[in-house]
Amino acid sequence: MDKINSQEALLAAYAACKGSLALRLLDKHDINSPKKEILCCGGTGCHASNSKDLMDLLRKAIKEHGLENDVKVIQTGCFGFCAQGPIVKVMPDNVFYVQVTPEDAAEIVEKHIVGKQLVERLLFVEPMLKERIHDYAKMSFYAKQERIALRNCGLLDPENISEYIANEGYQALAKCLFEMKPADVVQEVLNSGICGRGGAGFPTGMKWKIAAGVQADEKYIVCNADEGDPGAFMDRSIMEGDPNSIIEAMAIGAYAIGAQHGLVYIRAEYPLAVSRLQIAIDEARACGLLGKNIMGSDFCFDIEIKLGAGAFVCGEETALIHSMEGLRGEPTTKPPFPANIGGGYWGCSTNVNNVETYASIPVIIRKGAAWYSKIGNWKPELDEKGNFKRTISGNAGTKVFALAGQINNVGLVEVPMGTTLREIIYEIGGGISGGHEFKAVQTGGPSGGCITKENLDTPIDYGNLGKIGSMMGSGGMIVLSDKDCMPAMAKFYLGFTKDESCGKCTPCRIGTRRMLEMLEKICDGNGDEAMLEDLERLARTIADTALCGLGQTAPNPILSTLRYFKDEYIAHVRDKKCPAGTCRKLFKLTITDACIGCTKCKRNCPVGAITGDIKQKHVIDQTKCIKCGACIDGCPKKAIVKD
Amino acid sequence: MCCKKLSEAAAAKFAELDGFIDGLAIDRDDPRRRGRLIQVLHRAQAIFGYLPREVQLHVAEKLFLPEAAISGVVSFYNYFTTEPKGKYCIDVCLGTACYVKGSEKVLSEIERVLGVKADTKPTDDGLFSINALRCVGACGLAPVMIINGKVYGKVTPAKAVEIVNEYKKLG
Repeated sequence: MDKINSQEALLAAYAACKGSLALRLLDKHDINSPKKEILCCGGTGCHASNSKDLMDLLRKAIKEHGLENDVKVIQTGCFGFCAQGPIVKVMPDNVFYVQVTPEDAAEIVEKHIVGKQLVERLLFVEPMLKERIHDYAKMSFYAKQERIALRNCGLLDPENISEYIANEGYQALAKCLFEMKPADVVQEVLNSGICGRGGAGFPTGMKWKIAAGVQADEKYIVCNADEGDPGAFMDRSIMEGDPNSIIEAMAIGAYAIGAQHGLVYIRAEYPLAVSRLQIAIDEARACGLLGKNIMGSDFCFDIEIKLGAGAFVCGEETALIHSMEGLRGEPTTKPPFPANIGGGYWGCSTNVNNVETYASIPVIIRKGAAWYSKIGNWKPELDEKGNFKRTISGNAGTKVFALAGQINNVGLVEVPMGTTLREIIYEIGGGISGGHEFKAVQTGGPSGGCITKENLDTPIDYGNLGKIGSMMGSGGMIVLSDKDCMPAMAKFYLGFTKDESCGKCTPCRIGTRRMLEMLEKICDGNGDEAMLEDLERLARTIADTALCGLGQTAPNPILSTLRYFKDEYIAHVRDKKCPAGTCRKLFKLTITDACIGCTKCKRNCPVGAITGDIKQKHVIDQTKCIKCGACIDGCPKKAIVKD
Repeated sequence: MCCKKLSEAAAAKFAELDGFIDGLAIDRDDPRRRGRLIQVLHRAQAIFGYLPREVQLHVAEKLFLPEAAISGVVSFYNYFTTEPKGKYCIDVCLGTACYVKGSEKVLSEIERVLGVKADTKPTDDGLFSINALRCVGACGLAPVMIINGKVYGKVTPAKAVEIVNEYKKLG
């Protein structure tokens, strides 16, 4: 691509390459079209399931049929439907294949591409309808979604900037540079109602306004891509699937607040995202969309990638800044806020936003705040000029959730604010997997809490989740069923926060450890009812006294499970029973008379704890048994019970 | 002979690291040179496999920083290790999505079979080390195990042991 040195040049580049997406964006679907594109997911999940080999074999098969001029294989970003990966979508046929293996490549090309027939066995089976469907728009997983932050994921080749430009990319930046003053950009973002998607939900426009108001020669804009919440992966998907939108948004933000330097702080655990982002930065620089005098304007801005090194606390913005400065990632008290002089990167005024927030910005600028603010359940109060004054209730726009755990459709879903949990779990998520009962959803990761059956119909927004004792967090949504033990979940999260506590303040360093010890005792059957009171009191004290967000929110999983599942705690401490049957110290495995002596359990047992002759009832040696449950899974007669 | 060979290999590694650091044009009078530290440690760990004291000292000298600054950073971040790793690094994800799908059972089974605990030392034959990781973002494939960068999804304790045994055969 040539250097783009004016707004006109960008529009000319757009006009020249927008045809390249024609097949993908065509409304008229046609299986008989001779020209086709096969889109393959190149996200981390599908990569792990050999999507690269699949693409190579598809290309090979296409070549064997002499179709390489008409049929192209394109690696795109994540489609979001990760549990069904690798995903292959054929356009303009609009056929969506799931769980495709490299061995299926030849058949797809022969039967579908050449023979114009669907490969039925690779179509998705709708869990509720038990029907195979090929049109992804009709799949319940996608039908209710509104993809804004994820708009280009699964559509564009993330390693080719011309595809991003072909989909109106960088036009929002051009609009800002040539048609808007920095203050107009800030006002537009403020009016859109978008709030920080990293978890805290602070209005992004307000953050920008504060940063813009600081008089300084050197300012920084930072993208927080340290997605540490275990179970959330939307930031990774966006960076892998649509890195250019982050670059464009950071440039827009830099223009709005007057920053010259951009930094992306990204987890080292995301190598693919790092490499895609680096490719996009290099391409943007080569096209004159980063660097000196962007698109021929006076605006100069460049981006550098900073790698994290595995510390959850670095998602906190002051800790993140310290980490970028080559220090231990310990937080400091605010104020000074990063936007203040003395509070940011090398003491300079610094604005930090999350990946998902940035991904939404270019669309907001292009389509306008009025359009964005109507998505979701936001009710703002406006001043006489129609500008944002304050939020009455709800939030604007969409939120991406990472749906995981005991649910049929695991993946990334983007829904308007105000969607209910019931819609997400039962319509988009396809219900609880394995025929189990819904118990709760954990949102907000180790800082969040659980949402129970009673609140399934609560519209999801920042305020509502807070009211029911949970939080939005970065959007991890772990679905739990009746086979998950809530005290054990709390123990799991405390184990995490204890490990990740940076050690700077005492309430968090010592407090998380003490809370974990109590939970361990409870789960081992060594707790008593007084311990529950101590636990709750300690949890509240830590929430009030810890230095940063990590410590202040660390007790949330305990407080929220104590609030909704006190009976499970009581069962552990009073009856010494684990109702879900997961706490190993609180049950033993025994074989009932239903045993037919098939010896399967004996063979499955990894520690040789089961004895018995063929066609005789088997016995478990309790001193050897490690309670792994391998015997239960294999027993054809369900003769092994937890007691 | 053997020792000489080793030291040659080590010298080559230090030379590679120096080449990288020199490319950064560190200015000893610039207080912001410290901002390069994590980047340099990443590269050093990629070259040496771990960050023993002599490597940390070397980095300290090249970046004109006190050794304590290096050691403080190395000990703070989970990604950095001061112990050598086995030939095959088995990472078991203990992120929430993997946890609720039973990754803890996978981990304890691998620990039991190999006879070493996660995040400690490698097995006596030097073949394997086990790490417990917090979310690699492949939640759709939970539970996830990674061996030297290759991701194995939807593993069970039995499947994990099978996979580990495959590597054992390779030696």
